[in-house]
Amino acid sequence: MSTAEFEQSVVALEQEFSVPAQQGPVELEARDLSVWFNSRKVLEGVNLAFPKNTVTALIGPSGCGKSTFIRTLNRLHELLPGAALAGEVLYEGEDIYGPTKDPVHIRLSIGMVFQKPNPFPSMTIRGNVLSGLKLSGMKRSNHDEIVEQTLISAGLWNEVKDRLGHAAGELSGGQQQRLVIARALAVQPHVLLMDEPCSALDPASTLKIEETIRELSKDITIVIVTHNMQQAVRVADYTAFFLAAENEPGRVIEQGRTTEIFGNPQDQRTLDYVNGRFG
Amino acid sequence: MANVDLEQRDLQAAATSHRGDRVFNRAITAAAFVSLIVLAGIAIFLGAQAVPVFQQLGFGFVTSTAWDLNSDPISVGIFGMLYGSVLLAIVGLVIAVPASLLLSIFIVFIAPKKLASILTNSVDLMAAIPSVILGLWAFYILNPQAAEWQSLLHDYLGWIPFFQNESGNFLGTPFIAGFILAIMIIPITTSVTREVLGRTPPELINAAESLGCSLWTMLRYVALPYGRGGIVGGIMLGLGRALGETIAVFFVLKLVYDTNWYHVIESGGGSVATLIVSRFGEASGPFEVQLLLAAGFFLFLMTLGVNMLANLIVSRTGRLKK
Repeated sequence: MSTAEFEQSVVALEQEFSVPAQQGPVELEARDLSVWFNSRKVLEGVNLAFPKNTVTALIGPSGCGKSTFIRTLNRLHELLPGAALAGEVLYEGEDIYGPTKDPVHIRLSIGMVFQKPNPFPSMTIRGNVLSGLKLSGMKRSNHDEIVEQTLISAGLWNEVKDRLGHAAGELSGGQQQRLVIARALAVQPHVLLMDEPCSALDPASTLKIEETIRELSKDITIVIVTHNMQQAVRVADYTAFFLAAENEPGRVIEQGRTTEIFGNPQDQRTLDYVNGRFG
Repeated sequence: MANVDLEQRDLQAAATSHRGDRVFNRAITAAAFVSLIVLAGIAIFLGAQAVPVFQQLGFGFVTSTAWDLNSDPISVGIFGMLYGSVLLAIVGLVIAVPASLLLSIFIVFIAPKKLASILTNSVDLMAAIPSVILGLWAFYILNPQAAEWQSLLHDYLGWIPFFQNESGNFLGTPFIAGFILAIMIIPITTSVTREVLGRTPPELINAAESLGCSLWTMLRYVALPYGRGGIVGGIMLGLGRALGETIAVFFVLKLVYDTNWYHVIESGGGSVATLIVSRFGEASGPFEVQLLLAAGFFLFLMTLGVNMLANLIVSRTGRLKK
């Protein structure tokens, strides 16, 4: 092997290993996104891409715009009074705020789980799982199958299979949160947004939800807002760190693989935050 | 364990040992009982009046329809009046309930804040109109107008039994009386349903929105089921008002001692309250007054019964199967 050939193969090898591990196509992407409530700018210039079938954690102190950000990803933001936005959100390559886009379709493709478990109290467990079909007017005939499949995916089936007709309010907080995950899954979303889904739950329930998240990420893309650093490390492939300086809109300070953000952050503020020095 | 000899201490006495609290508690308790005592007093008084009437006339008093004290034996029965009260209330509710619901949905979920508060206040003001004023207004202004509407109903929907009219007289009908009742029910029902719908938890609305709801599906599957008990309660309050309303109905309803079963746009109908107010002034003697008080007793019973039935319906439908 000549020297030139050897150098070439070294370059080739270097290239091969410098590329991050295989990353799927991008499913959802925010481009240059800025968000307002009336005249108050709460987010500025956010660029974030969410690769297909991965989990991305959004971390940062309270009030830095993380929850607002995920509400822009499925067009829930616009339902709040005074809401405004600039930039684009691309879902499967198309702007979800485009003039021909139906917000109902967007919200069905990009589901949401909230901080506080919020099953519908007037419905049974089964009714809750199927409520998305009713609310959105989707027609499906295989209701039994949907109920079983989504409850299995949400890790709740064994606990509730004998009492599907019971009121959802009978379940514990952790079970209710898994029920609303099942409810979100029943309309077959491609993306699931989760806004601090475990902040109201005890550690055991939290671990169950995290298992569920790992399991679900084989088939769907998950974006999770969390204040729990260990949770981000446990569940997320990627992490983005949001921060808002005083009286300034929130910005993404750093983003990348979770191992990088926590193990080798490039920005001093990220390092301070993930080590619990503020926030 | 050996706790047999332990003497329990009186925590109840300790809890109410603060003197101010004790006095306040008793005052409140007494006030609460006053309403019960008044209610019982009215029931007993009316019931006592009804006993001799019932002894003389038997069940005929509530199952027949007539008001003739000059015949021998006298022929008196209030069935048509009792039934008429219900019919008027139903007509009133059929108009008022959808109107109230739509109004509160608009105020809570659609209207901009300013408009919502203007509407809320003006609907509340409607409740302040004295019923005698409404009655006069209905008699002079609404009656001729409503006769036109009813004649249109008759022309186009006359094939529906409710809208049959053979006399050609559209004045003094159950429809117009029910319409006036609706105007009196709407503010009550609206203020309750508005309050109830406004309390739909935002996290449930959020959940529905994230599942791609429309306003209609959100209302149907989330807000209305959540507020069901309160909404039915509001309707019941309206129904109570409708069953007992006197003066406004007195102005517009042509009272006939006959049973108008369902011809809501045919002249003539019955109402217990209107019977009482129209006969009381010219009662032929103490016995007729007693008859009227007995009629009042049965109106009281009927209202009570309707309310209990409604409560039963609410508790039945509100429960999920276990």
